[in-house]
Amino acid sequence: MRYLPLSDNDRAAMMARIGIDGIDELFADIPQDKRIKALESLPKRKTELEVERLLSRMAAKNSAAGDQPFFVGAGAYKHHVPATVDHLIQRSEFLTSYTPYQPEITQGTLQALFEFQTQVAELTGMDVANASMYDGSTGTAEAVLMAHRVTRKKKAVISGGLHPQYREVVEGISAQLPGASVVALPADPYGTEDILAQIDDDTSCVVVQSPSFYGQLIDLKPIAEKAHDHKALLIAVFTEVVSLGLIESPGVQGADIVVGEGQSIGNALNFGGPYVGLFATRQKYVRNMPGRVCGETVDAEGKRGFVLTLSTREQHIRRDKATSNICTNSGLCALAFSIHMTMLGGLGLNKLARINHHNAVKLADALGAVEGVEVLNKAFFNEFTIKVPADANDVIEALAVNGVLGGVPVSRLLPDQPDVAQLITVAATETNTQDDIDAYAAALKEVLA
Amino acid sequence: MSMNTQGRPTAPAGAALGEQRKTFTGNRALDMEEPLLFELGHWNICGVDLDEPEEFSPRLGNHARQSEIALPAFTEPETMRHYVRLSRMNYAIDAGLYPLGSCTMKHNPRLNEKLARLAGFADLHPLQPVSTASGAYELIDMLAEWLMQLTGTTAVAMSPKAGAHGEQCGMMAIKQALLARGEQRSIVLVPESAHGTNPATAALIGYKVVAVPARDDGTVDPQAVADKLKEHEGEVAALMLTNPNTCGLFEPQVVEIANLIHEAGAYFYCDGANFNAIVGKARPGDLGIDAMHINLHKTFSTPHGGGGPGSGPVVLSQRLAPFAPLPFIRRTDEGLELVENTSQLVEGEQPFGRMTAFHGQMGMFVRALAYMLSHGSDGLQQASEDAVLNANYVRVGLQDLMSLPYGEKPCMHEVLFDDTFLKDTGVTTLDFAKAMIDEGYHPMTMYFPLVVHGAMLIEPTESESRASLDLFVATLRDLVISAKEGDTSRFEGAPFHAPRRRLDETAAARKPLLKWTAPTAG
Repeated sequence: MRYLPLSDNDRAAMMARIGIDGIDELFADIPQDKRIKALESLPKRKTELEVERLLSRMAAKNSAAGDQPFFVGAGAYKHHVPATVDHLIQRSEFLTSYTPYQPEITQGTLQALFEFQTQVAELTGMDVANASMYDGSTGTAEAVLMAHRVTRKKKAVISGGLHPQYREVVEGISAQLPGASVVALPADPYGTEDILAQIDDDTSCVVVQSPSFYGQLIDLKPIAEKAHDHKALLIAVFTEVVSLGLIESPGVQGADIVVGEGQSIGNALNFGGPYVGLFATRQKYVRNMPGRVCGETVDAEGKRGFVLTLSTREQHIRRDKATSNICTNSGLCALAFSIHMTMLGGLGLNKLARINHHNAVKLADALGAVEGVEVLNKAFFNEFTIKVPADANDVIEALAVNGVLGGVPVSRLLPDQPDVAQLITVAATETNTQDDIDAYAAALKEVLA
Repeated sequence: MSMNTQGRPTAPAGAALGEQRKTFTGNRALDMEEPLLFELGHWNICGVDLDEPEEFSPRLGNHARQSEIALPAFTEPETMRHYVRLSRMNYAIDAGLYPLGSCTMKHNPRLNEKLARLAGFADLHPLQPVSTASGAYELIDMLAEWLMQLTGTTAVAMSPKAGAHGEQCGMMAIKQALLARGEQRSIVLVPESAHGTNPATAALIGYKVVAVPARDDGTVDPQAVADKLKEHEGEVAALMLTNPNTCGLFEPQVVEIANLIHEAGAYFYCDGANFNAIVGKARPGDLGIDAMHINLHKTFSTPHGGGGPGSGPVVLSQRLAPFAPLPFIRRTDEGLELVENTSQLVEGEQPFGRMTAFHGQMGMFVRALAYMLSHGSDGLQQASEDAVLNANYVRVGLQDLMSLPYGEKPCMHEVLFDDTFLKDTGVTTLDFAKAMIDEGYHPMTMYFPLVVHGAMLIEPTESESRASLDLFVATLRDLVISAKEGDTSRFEGAPFHAPRRRLDETAAARKPLLKWTAPTAG
């Protein structure tokens, strides 16, 4: 077996050194009747070539995003990632290292995390950020739990513009906690819900996504003000981090916790994971923040260095009193994010965002011109919602047959709500060309004809 | 000094001046210092070539960003240099033995990296039409099949993002199963030797944690479990047990413990962090477990990445299978069917909800499956045997000099020492670990598990050759002898040769500096 350095001679010599006659003596504590000799039902070892052939065939059955005009978003976005990023994250020293428990020999990871935290704090307009969460959805659930700790209240008010699967993750964890409740507003495709009316003195936090699941841009300021009047926190969520290059940061608008998906920068679509949750908050709440945090310090010679810090919040120290159970997070995805962000800089992110927005504007105009199609959004970033005069699922399937992946039927995520049956969320990024946009409009026209 | 005809010295001279000589840059040849990107970067450039979009009228309403984004950029060569220099300050499996107990730092095959990057997997959107991603569902199902076969279980929840998330998933399934039979229990039993994530997870989902003491041999006494079950009769929802446990021992009475738990109407959660010891040797399902997460980044070698991403699928017993979260793949006569919302459920399926958006860590699934296919059933079994053999080889190489808290008996894939052997030497476990750094090793897991004093948990994995283990053992022996002979200079203040000396963690926590801030003028 190519991955195993021991030879049979080694094994025999080592067993002799240990003083055993056979390997099974080391497994003596496994009850005799529970030991297995072999895994008969599973195939034997394969060569590298065989494995590559088998999995390549599986991959070839899938229609990769880059193979056709592609406009699917809804929480994961196809962007161009510079080749440099993927090369660097495959450096052995980053790829095959682990959580920096021994800071003297993991300064590379630690400094990169410190830079990552700085970038995330700056983008979101917040004081501090952690060293990453699993993804945007689980990060949102953690944000709600954190708000409950800070406010000592347990009611979360959730906007109907929050990604439905994010909402389900929050509802799932809330259902576990005695006394916790969730007030989830109905789907809000037009971005017109009155969330202010739902905030009262029992409210722990208000969870609002902007751009929303439907691409609507939400004014967070009045929500922050009302939340603060009732000693509640505003949790601002995003699923498209590139939007922060063009939209006012949630921090400036008064958010207390900003959480979102960082996949768009540095990370491939990967069919949903691994992704990277970004999590930022105000300085005063830092000790209630979940997850790992990297901080600056000095070594015994006075040289600047970095360490994991504030670990008394964490599970390995606090056990059942920890702020979260998270241990392994998204280190390498955070590194990919940080490298791509480092190549873009603030100027580059803004430019990238403008290109995205421009393509989305062109796409909205092209699709809106198709007979019977209505664009719901007056304002949007790179994603918006259209209403088609047919069942959205059928339209998307028909478009796929015509070689266009045209978005996500809202009913795929909200099957029980009849009023969304004709809605499709559509995203455009810098990867779309004018030809892609023309092809989509033409295909949509044909499908609806 | 000898010279060639151009006067170029051909033999080294002045060797004695080496060690402490200061350099102008602070660099020491290949060991280079690297400032923060905020100190080096350009504030007015973009390092990616992007065309300026033509004039258009934005449709941002009144939401356009007014605040600046004060982040610098690097050009491509500067980016390479910054991160390559940072990388060189990291220890890594590819560079040396990484015996971090309970973390299973094994070789990460590059074939797996290559396959995970195939466009058909990497450039695939989780919500693109199901009909355009059949190969992805096929892959997830095949991996699920391997996991079920290896563990002797009948269902697996694939979506959890890492081990702790898997624990949460398994425990939520247990809670749902209890609810389904009209019960609300409040307590979860957790042995003292458990990973911190176990009690943290139980508490996270609203359970009270009751600790089960370890007995003198490092394992869990069924009687202690029985006592706790009796003391909290009808209130115990589950036991969370790591097996093999964090002392590196297989729980010999695991079946009895499982029976006790089941007789009390509770469920048996197993932390699968140490599954690498028993793949192909025993199936957790046969031992009576109801749920166990599998850290694909440990047992099945997906790269640890400096702290993730992980992946934590949870295998489930028949009793818990109906409660597996959305989404899941249903096998039907017509083939595979993705079930991603409640409207698609059929009789008997009662998912407790959803752990995360989308389908889980697909990128890790590809890598783990490639690893399994490469090994095959025979190779996986061999890997576990080698991992256990290597740990025991280290044990016998050190047991006369270091102290085994539970006596000289075989361990599983990791061996636990305590700090008794350092008594009266003035050297602590921390000092010992830092001295290992100077010798070119990543230290073992230290001060965990909490059940022994000054714990050192060594997990060499099956990736180490005999020669590598021999040198490791010889090095540790040399260190122990130094400590015992009173040569504390090797330990106090170590490491001496790492990119940094010991770092002040107390100062970092007291006044946290969690991001770079621009120096103020003056």
